[in-house]
Order: sequence, then C-alpha cells, then structure tokens
Amino acid sequence: MTEREVMEYDVIIVGAGPAGLSCAIRLKQLKPELMVAVIEKSAEIGAHILSGAVIEPGPLDELLPGWRENPPPTCIPVDRDEIWLLSQQGRRRLPTPPQQKNHGNFIVSLGAMCAWMAPQAEALEVDIFPGYAASEIRFTGNGEVGGVIIGDMGVDLEGNAKDTFMQGIEIHAPITILSEGCRGHLSKQLIKKFELDKDSDPQTYGIGMKELWQVKPGKSKPGLVQHTTRWPLDSKTYGGSFIYHLEKDRIAIGFVTGLDYEDPEFVPFEAFQQMKHHPMVRDLLEGGEILSSGARAIVEGGYQSLPKTEMPGALLVGDSAGTLNVPKIKGTHQAMRCGMLAAEHIAETSSWQGFDAKLRDSAVVKELHKVRNIRPAFYKGFWRGFLRAAIETVTAGKLPTTLKVHADHSALKKLDEYTAPDRHWVKRDLPPRDRLAAVYFAATEHDEDQPVHLRILEPDVCTTRCVVEYDNPCTRFCPAHVYEMVAADGIEENGANRLQINAANCVHCKTCDIKDPYQIIQWVTPEGGSGPNYQTM
Amino acid sequence: MKILIGIKRVVDYNVRIRVLPDGSGVDTDGVKMSVNPFDEIALEEALRIKEAGNADEVIVVSVGGDECQQQLRTGLAMGADRAIQIQTSESLQPLSLARAFLKIIEREDPGLVILGKQAIDDDNSQTGQMLAALWDRPQATFASGLVINGNAATVTREVDAGLETIEVDLPAVVTVDLRLNEPRFVKLPDIMKAKRKPLEVVPLSELGVTAEANIAVGKHVPPPQRGKGILVEDAAQLVEQLKNRGLL
Repeated sequence: MTEREVMEYDVIIVGAGPAGLSCAIRLKQLKPELMVAVIEKSAEIGAHILSGAVIEPGPLDELLPGWRENPPPTCIPVDRDEIWLLSQQGRRRLPTPPQQKNHGNFIVSLGAMCAWMAPQAEALEVDIFPGYAASEIRFTGNGEVGGVIIGDMGVDLEGNAKDTFMQGIEIHAPITILSEGCRGHLSKQLIKKFELDKDSDPQTYGIGMKELWQVKPGKSKPGLVQHTTRWPLDSKTYGGSFIYHLEKDRIAIGFVTGLDYEDPEFVPFEAFQQMKHHPMVRDLLEGGEILSSGARAIVEGGYQSLPKTEMPGALLVGDSAGTLNVPKIKGTHQAMRCGMLAAEHIAETSSWQGFDAKLRDSAVVKELHKVRNIRPAFYKGFWRGFLRAAIETVTAGKLPTTLKVHADHSALKKLDEYTAPDRHWVKRDLPPRDRLAAVYFAATEHDEDQPVHLRILEPDVCTTRCVVEYDNPCTRFCPAHVYEMVAADGIEENGANRLQINAANCVHCKTCDIKDPYQIIQWVTPEGGSGPNYQTM
Repeated sequence: MKILIGIKRVVDYNVRIRVLPDGSGVDTDGVKMSVNPFDEIALEEALRIKEAGNADEVIVVSVGGDECQQQLRTGLAMGADRAIQIQTSESLQPLSLARAFLKIIEREDPGLVILGKQAIDDDNSQTGQMLAALWDRPQATFASGLVINGNAATVTREVDAGLETIEVDLPAVVTVDLRLNEPRFVKLPDIMKAKRKPLEVVPLSELGVTAEANIAVGKHVPPPQRGKGILVEDAAQLVEQLKNRGLL
C-alpha cells in the first residue's frame, strides 16, 4: 500500500445536509479566502436526505437573502395545521399547541433543498464532493482531529483490492466540521474518544419513515399540514405521523416512533403501514401510487443530551450534535443556525475553541432549553406526557426541574418481561406490501462485492443470548430488512439459525446502531456513492 | 492518435422511471442524471488505450444544453484531456446527432471514435452506425474486446451466436458493450484538475446541422401492472384456472 494522497483545506465539512451546507456558505460569505470543502457519501447531493419537512424560514432569510425569489423546487407556504388523535377507526381533532403552529413556515423536500443549496455554495467556490465517504478521522501527531480519510473504493467482500481499486485520499484541515446528521459514525467515535457526553444525559432517538405518494386529483390540498398521534401505537410508545399536502397531487406521509419503545417484538415499519390504513389516511392514498420511500433515525434528546460540541480540531453541528426541536418536530432551522454559528465562530477566531460556549448561549440552545421536559414527560405514558407537555408549554419551560433522558437500547424489555397489548391492527392492502417492497422505492444500491458495512462486534451474542432474550429484534426494527435469521447450513434440524446481513438493502438510517440492546452493531460507511437514491424526499 | 468519445446525459440507471400522466415523456423533475453507462465504458477503454501508449489525446463530446457540462466534467475527471459541448436546447435524434459528430470529426481528425452501443434512455443503437456510414469509414459494433495494432484494430463483437472477431482499418467507429471493461472510480484530486481542463462550447447552428425529426414519438406508456394473484387449493383447481384462461 502506497502512502495516501493528501489534499489540504482550511475547513473540511463532513456531510452536505442543511447544517454542513449552511456552514460552508456562511464561511465563504464571511471569509472568501478560506479553502472550504464538503464531503458527502451519497452519489448526489440530497440523495441521502430524508425529512418531512416543514421548515422555519428564518435561517434561510439570514443566510440567503432573496431566496424567496428563487425558492427550492418544492416550497409551499403552510396554509393550515391540523392535529388528530386517532383510534383504530375514529379520530378527534386536538388543539394545535403553539410549537406546532406553522403559519409562515414552508413545506419543502429537504433533499431537493440541499440539492438547491449546493450550487449556491459552489458559486462561492466551496468544493463539494458527492460520492465520497469520510470513513475515518485523521488525527495529527498530538492527537487532535486533523481532517478525514476517504474510504478506499474497489475493495471486495473479503477486503481484497479489485481491479478498480482506488485508495482513498487524506483531507487535511486544521478544523473539521462534523455535520453527518443523526448518529454520524465519525461523530459517534469522537464523542466516545473525547468523552464529549460525560456531562450530558444519554442521547435518545426516533425512527422516521417516509413515503411520497402521487394521489388521485383533488385529494391533496397544497399547504395543509396534518399530524396524527396514538393509534396504531400503544400509550407507552411515543410517536405519530405527518401528512404534508404538496402540489401536483402529491402527498408526503411519514411516521415517527421513539426508539425507546419497550416491546421486543415491535415492528416500526408495520406501525407506519397500519397508520396508513386508518380511514382518514386511507381515503387520501387509495387509488394513488407510491413514488418513493425511505427511513432515517431522528435525534430526540435535545437539551439534556446535547454533548460538548467542540474538541481539539473539530466541531459537531446540527443533528450530529443533536439540536433538533422535538415538540416542534423540526430540526432544519436549528441545524442551519448551528452550522452558521460554527462558521461565524471560525471566521472570527480561526479556532475551534470556544464554540461550545457560544452555541449554549445562542438561540439554538435557548430554544432547546424551553422545551427540554416535553419529550421525557412521555416516558410515563401518553396522557401524563400530554398533561406535562401542556404545563411546560404554558410556563415556557421556566419550571426549575429538568427531567432525565434515558438511552434507547436499554429501554427494550426482554421477552419474558413484556406482554404486548392487543394492538387491534388491521389487514392491509395499500403498497408497499413489506419492507423489501419498500426498499425498492428507496432505490438503494450497494455493490454487493464490498466489505459488509454493518459490523457485528460479537457475532455469538446473536445466536446465543439475543435469540433467547429478545428474539433478535434487529430483524424487526430495521426498516429495510437488512437483518434476517436463516437456517445455518446443514444443521436445520437443530433449529439453529445464523444471522444473515443483507447489507445491500441498507438505507443508512442508523436504527440498528442505536436500538440493538447489546450495542454490538456498528454502522460504518460503505463505498462512497452507495446507499439510497432518494428523489425529492 | 486522437480518440473521440461520445457522452450522453441520461437518467441514472438506479432511478425508477415514471411516465408522465399525460404520456408526453418520462418525469425528469429532480431526477438524478448521469453519464450513459456504455459511454463511460467507451471512455474507460480510450483512457486505457492512451495509457498503453497507443493514443495521445482523448476528447469527450456531448450534445445538449449547458447541464450536460456536468457529465463532460465527469469525463474530464476520469481522465479525458478536453471536452466539447455541442450546444443546443433541442433533443437530437440519431441522424442529426451523427451529422453533428461528423462535423467535429472533420475538425479534429481522430484516429478512432468510440461510442456506447446505445443510450439507456431511448435505446436506439443507431448513432454509431449512422456516423460510420456518413463518415464512410469501417464500423465495429457491440465490442467486448478492442486491441489496437498500428493502423488497424482487432475487435471482439458480442453477437447473437457468441463472439465474433473482426479487424477494421483505422480510423473507424467502435461502439462498446457492457463486458468490455469496468470503468474506474474518479480520484478526488482529479475532480479539481477537471475544473481546469478545457471545455469548448460550439453552438449546433455553427456546425450547420439542424435538429431534424425523422422519428415522430406518439406516446409514452408505462408497462402494464401485474394483476393480483389468486391462491388455489390443489392441483386440480390450478389446472382448471389455467384452462379457464386458455393457458392450457
């Protein structure tokens, strides 16, 4: 192996989402002489972005004044908000809490918005490299972060070089910005190495699944924003749906479940599909056609779980840090502001030092502080959570208590500790039939002759402990059906199974890395350019 | 020797194609666009010929609006020396395309023209053949092997009956098949270098070629959807069902 080629920049940004791109644009606006690069694992900018999304336009006004004259391709002013409490067949309208009032906000495709931001960054001479995965951190001699190492390409399943082998290069930079989104794999390593979370609560997450539908003419009311809660979830499982009405007879529909659910047999994907069969939702979709589908984990810990966001040589921004506002169901404005703040800090000081304090004193963290008790209040069930949320909202988070946030993987109950409630789930017939059919609509693509990017650190646990204690929940929480227990060759009579990892199905949502009760699944970047090919998600 | 490569911007092969409701075409709104995969193979082969010392310059040519510069830049990043965009807002059919290419050939005098055997969007497989005829030079289509020997090339062709090996005098037009090679990954620093390589824009009108429509497209329709299956109790019922449908 030869020495890796090196490219040098002043700032290297990992991940071309709203946080990373906002940071890049702001840096070049403030200090055009800085050399800035953005590295992105998806084949095209926006292809790994999946979000609702209703966004607050404030940060866009700040970053790109005049954007309203040249808006992103999908951008519909919110006209009306509705929140519905569902039972299996019935529904009841709830008052819209102030955090969820969307007057002045816009329904966008965040993927399309990122693809729209990227050329604006390039116009400012930011170098953007889609199709390349930052697979490792490069450390300097004195242990500081000094950039990233791009993953090798053209490596076979066993790790040998293929004819097309290309060694990844090193990108050196005095400042690295981690804007990988929720549960970024480099961010995770750095949080551990520099103990950035030692003074914060554990991080907690949700899994969001989304589909884009072409519906029958007249069904979509552009600008209508609907949210539902409860059915098909039980009272102890946090979650709900979003239904955003777009133009051209399209509807974006999605479902989010807190990953702190307890039922080891729970299948989040199935819950989403059930919700689509509620009479109110079914009426919208029936006779329509599914265009696209996908899933992504969501960072929900908020204020209590926010790790320290600076370390020698690097900063965490956006969902990599965990700035999403759960009660608002919005992270984009927070991620953008956070990215811009990082840029302003670097432009001013040319250093990573002092960013964390600046962030904690900013509107980003103030917003999180105000709503800090709402998500954990739901640990005690829906109605107690609902009540506490109302109190926290009325008092604007000024009560002196701060509730603790718990980790998701430890929330899962063992088989013998849990009895599932009767879920009254229905027979369903709307597509997609199952998770494999859904993966088809994510257009995910991985060369199968490459190392498996889902590493099981202790494979024996799956077939000895996990199968007995939890019945291998990875085979259920993964929305892309990556994990399967299949008969081990030749010993079928014993009923012994082995874990099969269908890595090519992976949609890069990171749920397995989060929810696995033994924390032995490690998600790493596959070959650059692999993964879903989301269009306008 | 110069090698000329044709590059077409097409909807990426991973994209699930959706026909527009009015049947006027396919939905390209927000859809990922890429270099036609066969063209990428053509370029890879040219780069290997150059690296083996059998060519001095590789030129990539594309016909289309300014958006196709993105695909030309990909070609430059892979290793082409320079790029020519034949600029037009119209969609050209194979004969007009071949005429436009011929004008570039007359100007550049290449020793070899390598094209993809077809584009994955319209699947015409005509441009290469028409170009060879207009240029009055040999053609070798569907190549899965290509060896340059001085003023000739030995080409292995993928034909229905198997493989056919022919020799053509150069200059010639070669269109390439899938098994010829596996294109390389683009090296990150080469993307930066590609930004500085020359990309010449030539308006189609300057070449004296008009976008003539010899084929009229009627309508686009998606393939019929598979109907719902039924479950049968036993073999007798299966036979009966097949008979009812006239399949037995």
